[in-house]
Amino acid sequence: MMATAGKVPATGISLVRALEVLRRARRDDEIVIPTMGSAREWMKLGEPHPLDFVLVPSAMGHGTSIGLGLALARPERRVIVCSGDGSLLMNLGSLASIVAAAVENLVVIVFENGVYEVTGQQPTAGASLARGGRRSVDFAAIARACGFDSVYRFSDEAEWSANARRVLDARGPTFIVLDVEPVAGGTAPHSPGPAPARARAFSEALGPR
Amino acid sequence: MFSGEQLSSLLEELEVTHIITVPDSTIGRWESAIEQSPRLRLVRVCREGEAWQVAAGLHIGGATPVVMIQCTGLFESGDALRNALHDWKLPIFSIIGYRSYLDQAKLPGDTCLVFTEPVLDAWRIDYKLITAPAQLDDIGSHFTACRAAGRAGAALIAE
Repeated sequence: MMATAGKVPATGISLVRALEVLRRARRDDEIVIPTMGSAREWMKLGEPHPLDFVLVPSAMGHGTSIGLGLALARPERRVIVCSGDGSLLMNLGSLASIVAAAVENLVVIVFENGVYEVTGQQPTAGASLARGGRRSVDFAAIARACGFDSVYRFSDEAEWSANARRVLDARGPTFIVLDVEPVAGGTAPHSPGPAPARARAFSEALGPR
Repeated sequence: MFSGEQLSSLLEELEVTHIITVPDSTIGRWESAIEQSPRLRLVRVCREGEAWQVAAGLHIGGATPVVMIQCTGLFESGDALRNALHDWKLPIFSIIGYRSYLDQAKLPGDTCLVFTEPVLDAWRIDYKLITAPAQLDDIGSHFTACRAAGRAGAALIAE
């Protein structure tokens, strides 16, 4: 369902299925930055794409910031950041920075499961479970208030699948909340290789600026 | 210290493309001159940790960013700069305002004087202390040396 105001549902889309939709919808010239749990599952889905920038190791919460830098450096490419809700809570100010920078080619996807999945599924401070019954933080409302041009929310896999390409193509900056289920036993992702070499390979895949 | 025009001219000569910043009362005065430069883009962020990661994305994307923050923001930046400079080994240059170095009357006992240089050393950032306007060219030579060596560096601007 689109554009419903924020509460984390008891159930949501499977994280893996949500990422499979993104993988199918992604164009060949688009940059994808998976982080934390999404990075772990993204790497299992198949051969890595040269324009995947798997942000492991990372400074947690900074996927949106590194995505902003890439979007500024490469305005000709769409940059898709896959963040968790716990990660985004660590760097909410980055949403204001993204809008201030007026990057039309940046898409932030928040996979909202209400927990720090990789540390054992402790609830985030934004989740209803940790807030004495208060509503969960409404990330879509925050994005709208920060000035994102296009804001969407999906809790249903079929709707996400049917609309993914359309919303990725919306005028950015774009913010998408996907309500997902925590992955049972989900652990921290392993780096797919030495970070400096991966940074160099990624830069080469981008080509000259 | 320097005028904004002096600094922006230097950054243009160095072929810097983006300045990612959270201002203080010294470096903030340079913003308008940077914004007026057709060759520099000012990127305002909300917190200094963001600045290092925005710079990381810019660098990986082929741009030449400089982070411009106060030393208090350096203290806040720890994990973000650790990841960018040491995990990914990105040679990002920074301009860091050194609060209370020249004026110790305004904030007596300011611990910025205690921690700034040890923190830069701890993060293995090769810094050059700039205490007088006559040292403007030292920023450029230090930037050039760091870039040639492929290492992170900083100009530590006394305030």
